[in-house]
Amino acid sequence: MSVAVQEAAFDAGAELAAFTSAAAGAGAVVSFTGVVRDVAGGLIAMEIEHYPGMTEAAIAEMVGAAVARWGLADAAVIHRFGRLPPGAPIMMVLTAAPHRRAAFEAAEFLMDYLKSRAPFWKKEITATGAEWVAATCEDEDALKRW
Amino acid sequence: MIEVLYFAWLRERIGVPREKVATTAATVADLVAELAAREDRYALAFSDLRAVRVALDQRLAGFDAPLAGVREVAFFPPMTGG
Repeated sequence: MSVAVQEAAFDAGAELAAFTSAAAGAGAVVSFTGVVRDVAGGLIAMEIEHYPGMTEAAIAEMVGAAVARWGLADAAVIHRFGRLPPGAPIMMVLTAAPHRRAAFEAAEFLMDYLKSRAPFWKKEITATGAEWVAATCEDEDALKRW
Repeated sequence: MIEVLYFAWLRERIGVPREKVATTAATVADLVAELAAREDRYALAFSDLRAVRVALDQRLAGFDAPLAGVREVAFFPPMTGG
């Protein structure tokens, strides 16, 4: 298991390759990469703030829960903070399991929990100003699945 | 003394990322009431508690949670990671 909370960019392809080779024999590897998107047009950057210490602990707890519940061979989360341009990878979830269903479900569980239970806050910077991204009811409702 | 941290728009409204607060508040709600009574910037930040989340020693908690033995309290908006 690994958790990385970092400002630096990461190479999603290289991360997946390294994770897959370390999880050799798992049978199924799922990866998800989240990318900064420009929803309304005119996005200059996304600024991501986090709560150092709590962020790592909260994610480690989620990853541990996912590994136990789905019997994962391995799981990893990378999440960036700082100022990111549109198109930049923000975060990545990787899961390895004996079968695909467990790997997919665990990755979705981790995504849903990262959205609403890891202490990150996004701010959209545009030419006209800066605005904090509001949490949505859908994000909170997504947790009820689990 | 208790260390109080603010994140995102709470940090911006209150104007500091963290501060030491001398308090005898028994619960988070009592601490919020003390802070809100200090100055307008606090009152504004805590005007709608439905939009505020709390962590005690880096774990999510409720406004009714006791502060006994707590070293660090953080206030922030609902999280928007992922």
